Amino acid sequence: MPEPDFDAIVVGAGPAGCVAATLLARAGHQVVLIERGSTPGSKNLSGGVLYGRVLETVFPDYAAEAPVERRITKHTTTFLNADSAVSIDYWAKSLAKPVNAVTVLRAHFDEWLASQAEEAGAFLMAGVRVDELMVESGQVVGVRAGEDELRTRLVVAADGVNSFLARAVGLRGTPRQEQVALGVKGVLRMDPKTIEDRFGVRGGEGAAHAIVGDCTKGVAGGAFLYTNKSSLSLGVVMRLDDLIAKGFKSSDIFEHCYTHPGLAPYLDGGELIEYGSHLVAEGGLEMLGEVSSDGLIVIGEAVGLTINSGFAVRGMDLAIGSAIIAARLADAALRHGDTSAQALDYRQRLLGSYIGQDLKTYAKAPAFLHRNRLYSDYGMLAAEVFRGVFSLDTTPRQHLLKCAREAVRGSGVGYRKLLADGLAGVRSL
Amino acid sequence: MTAISVLPLNQRLALDHFDIDDGGSHILVNQESCASRSLGPLLVAVCPAGVYSLNGVGQVDVEYAACLECGTCFAAVPEGTLSWHYPSGSCGISFREG
Ligand SMILES: Cc1cc2nc3c(=O)[nH]c(=O)nc-3n(C[C@H](O)[C@H](O)[C@H](O)COP(=O)(O)OP(=O)(O)OC[C@H]3O[C@@H](n4cnc5c(N)ncnc54)[C@H](O)[C@@H]3O)c2cc1C
Repeated sequence: MPEPDFDAIVVGAGPAGCVAATLLARAGHQVVLIERGSTPGSKNLSGGVLYGRVLETVFPDYAAEAPVERRITKHTTTFLNADSAVSIDYWAKSLAKPVNAVTVLRAHFDEWLASQAEEAGAFLMAGVRVDELMVESGQVVGVRAGEDELRTRLVVAADGVNSFLARAVGLRGTPRQEQVALGVKGVLRMDPKTIEDRFGVRGGEGAAHAIVGDCTKGVAGGAFLYTNKSSLSLGVVMRLDDLIAKGFKSSDIFEHCYTHPGLAPYLDGGELIEYGSHLVAEGGLEMLGEVSSDGLIVIGEAVGLTINSGFAVRGMDLAIGSAIIAARLADAALRHGDTSAQALDYRQRLLGSYIGQDLKTYAKAPAFLHRNRLYSDYGMLAAEVFRGVFSLDTTPRQHLLKCAREAVRGSGVGYRKLLADGLAGVRSL
Repeated sequence: MTAISVLPLNQRLALDHFDIDDGGSHILVNQESCASRSLGPLLVAVCPAGVYSLNGVGQVDVEYAACLECGTCFAAVPEGTLSWHYPSGSCGISFREG
């Protein structure tokens, strides 16, 4: 066998790949990080709330050094109807220190992450698309990119949600339509003072709004509205099976959300500067397929690692967490000269970690979020209860219980379904 | 509260930076299998960039240069309908924000 060119080839300079490359390079291995975008981050898009405590274990001062947008201290969850809305606001000083979450814009953030990998000694090859894995007698031995063949002891596939590399070698199947969602996003420029006034934050802190209901015309999923330094990230996320079933055009739903009267007070005057889209995995634990084979370890969203709890979308933190676990195992395997799947023992370790535990905790969330009533009936129901409370039209008032009872009766949901959904909700989220 | 206006799709796409792949389209439609299962309208609907359109002779046209590379179309249709891969290195969409 020809001598390998590198100890490890990492494909994909998203959060997963950059962190894996950094840690392997720090451990003294010869690492190349290959990215198809002309610069790292240029192909990547997310809502942008990074729950970054896990990143601190790799870059302790990331919140001060990386190009992060705002420290998120306020989370707002909104049921949005066509002409009413009910929100829950959570603000806490403690979210600022230690920094619990930040917003990021991936074109800037991933570029920084990749520069950290380079600083640690990894060799960055940007603008190169890996076409396929090279496999010899069942062992992954390298990658092919155009005419070039690069040989290695271990490939770390961090190529994101579409996961073409792992799929081509039969490690993963084609995701089912209900296991992916389409995100369509716009970035709107807005001056920082206006952002802070409108979102009720100060001093570089920021707010994250998660919205369900009419923002997606009732398509399963929701919208996000996140604050950056001097821009807003606005997007809709639509589960593919439901988008197809409802027959809407995805770009129309984006426009519907953008022009929604309930969001106008936040968006008014914002100048759209970018439009983009990306898939996101939604399958949770059920989607986690095979995660390694001889000479190959797959990390981040390429193994479907995301959790949608209904309140928060997590993908970047899990990508980073899986990269940390994989790098530790890869380091040991490279030292012992055995990178077989068995020696790597990645699946066990991943499932045994907090990531695996969170996946199990939220294992029933995808099924719960399939309940269609969440995307229309409940928003209307909640608004109806509050109408009973606030709409003082000189008719005699009723106690809250009676308001609620009448709202339930009027909504057509029925107590049994309400109770069943409520119980399922508290159990699965 | 009044609604605000949004740029139409073609003007939204015009905000983005694309480097066109000289190697040609990274998307190929199997017109026969697409037509036999009437998948054209589905492709038109799901793509957020309006890459797909139906032409006069019942075929699907592809404007690959506007592709945002999300892979939604590929995930939405049965295997064999589309050949879809990422554009060559450095080509296609480059997000400046992301
Ligand atoms: C609309 C939307 C909103 C989201 N919101 C959030 C959020 O608020 N918080 C959160 O934590 N997560 C969020 N996510 C999820 C999050 O973006 C992903 O889970 C995360 O980016 C996964 O990281 P990764 O490193 O595994 O993959 P990616 O970030 O996708 O990186 C994969 C990299 O591999 C490169 N690549 C792919 N194929 C090849 C190839 N063949 N050759 C070379 N390079 C290749 C790509 O260009 C890319 O740079 C959101 C996702 C979407 C779509």
